[in-house]
Formats: sequence, C-alpha cells, structure tokens
Amino acid sequence: MTKVEEHTGIGKDLAVYVCLLALAGLQFLIAYQNIDAAQMFWRMLTVACVEAGLAALFFMHLWSEKRIFRWFVGLFTISVLLGMQYGWTDSFRMLVGAAPFSK
Amino acid sequence: MSSADLTMGGHSSGVTSEPPFSIPTKKLAMWLFIIADTMTFAACLVAYGFLRNGTPNWPRPFHSITNVALMTFILLTSSLTMLIGLRSARAGDKSAAFGWTMITALLGIIFAFLHIREWLGLIDEGMTMFKNPWGTGLFGASFFSVTGLHLTHVTGGVIALIVVGLRYKGGRYNADDIEILGLYWHFVDLVWMFVVPLVYLLNLAH
Repeated sequence: MTKVEEHTGIGKDLAVYVCLLALAGLQFLIAYQNIDAAQMFWRMLTVACVEAGLAALFFMHLWSEKRIFRWFVGLFTISVLLGMQYGWTDSFRMLVGAAPFSK
Repeated sequence: MSSADLTMGGHSSGVTSEPPFSIPTKKLAMWLFIIADTMTFAACLVAYGFLRNGTPNWPRPFHSITNVALMTFILLTSSLTMLIGLRSARAGDKSAAFGWTMITALLGIIFAFLHIREWLGLIDEGMTMFKNPWGTGLFGASFFSVTGLHLTHVTGGVIALIVVGLRYKGGRYNADDIEILGLYWHFVDLVWMFVVPLVYLLNLAH
C-alpha cells in the first residue's frame, strides 16, 4: 500500500468489494442459464478472470506497484498458465477413446 | 580512504542504485510465493478440467448453491476486513488493526467450518476419494484434492492471521507484516473465485 492509497479512504475498497460480490453473483446466475457446459465454462471463466484481476490490482495493491513489477507478475503468471493448456486436446481423445480409468 | 573502500563505493553506486521493483524484500518473497502457488492451483484445476472433459459419466451432485454462496460471501467479506485492518495498521491504530485481523481470522474459521460441514454431508451420501453413487470415482478424488488444497491454505492463513495479529499487538511486527499477510489472504480469496465455478457451479444438478 502506497502513501497515496493510505489517504484515499475505504471508499475504493468498498466499491471493489461490491463489484466482486456482484461478479460472484453473476457466476451463480450463469450456472442457472439454459446453455451447454462449454458456453457456461467460458462465461464463468471470463467472470472469474475479471474478479481475479480486480482483486489483484486493488485488494493486493498491484495497481500501485511499479509498472515493471506489474508486468513481471502479469507476464510470468499468464505465460505459465498458458503453457499448462497443452493437454486439452488429449482430454478430448480420452472422451472419444474412453480411457480405462474414466470408467 | 582505502582501495577497498573505493571499490565498495564504486559498486554501491552501480549495484544498489535503485532496485528495479522497489518493493521490500519480504513483500517480494510473498509475491514470488503467490506466483508459485498460482502454478500449483492452476495445475490442480487444469488436471481437474482435463478429467472432467475426458470422462463421460461425470457426476453433478450439487443440488443447492446456498452453502457455496455463503462461503463465497464470507471469504470476500474477509478480504474487506483484512483491508480495513491494514488501513488501521497504517494509521497507527493498533487495537483496531488487531481487532480487524482477528475478525478476518474468525471469518476464515467460519469458512472452514462450512467447508468441512459440506464435506461431511457428501461423505454421508457415500462419496469417498475413490467412489461415489453418482458416476465416475474420479470425481471424489479431484473434488477433495482441489477443495482440500484450498482449505489447507485457508487453515494456514487463519493460523498466520492469529500469529501475526498477536505479534503485531505485542510490537514485534509492524504494518508491513500485516500487508504481506494480507497479500496471502487475498490470494486465497482469488483462488476461490476459480474453484467455485469450476468445481461447484459446473456440477450443479439441473
């Protein structure tokens, strides 16, 4: 928390808190929509990413850190998260071929 | 001035000019831990998604969202109380900072209690790590692994909140330590935002 943030009061924190509650509520609403699981997954994941961004930037004060640090955390995290996605095609193969342990 | 002094002086002007991130060491260490822990949770959630996507008879056992909604509300509120505690600590109001930190710990305990109660309910219905009455046995293993890892983090956070709060009150720790602990607590909250949709909401019985 920077000196500037110390004097901004709790108003911003409350606003972010209300936004997060609203977004969490939105996820619950999406869960009751009459859509297929893939659409539901992408919608919920998008909302979760927005929530995570708000929490990281304002609750964890990443916004008030130096820009280079924001880039460091952001790029490092996103690149590794993207690197983990290599296995999805194999999960579709499992669905078609029905791997033994899935029964 | 010796040549050694000159050398030191020469180094210090270059090496310690201004650190690139300009944040305290303990805080940087916590950020690095959080990045590493992000990978742990991400790996678990990706593995969970992999299994869910690749398994035809995936169970959808959750009939109500009341409990998970309440847990989400409590965890989000605990992040707010943590922030209020940090502001109090920065303002030098020691008793308020301690009080808000303990309220945060209490909310964490309530969250853990609700979580365990939910686990016991599922176990009563016949769900274990390896089998359940609704479909593939992999569901129990992945559900308990992901939520268990998160619950472990909450439990560790509650213990840390109590210890740091008490040491702050006793004068051994300062507001910076509250802030660093706050980073961890907000991270636990942040992870829950991904656990809820993936593990609970996508498995609601319609």
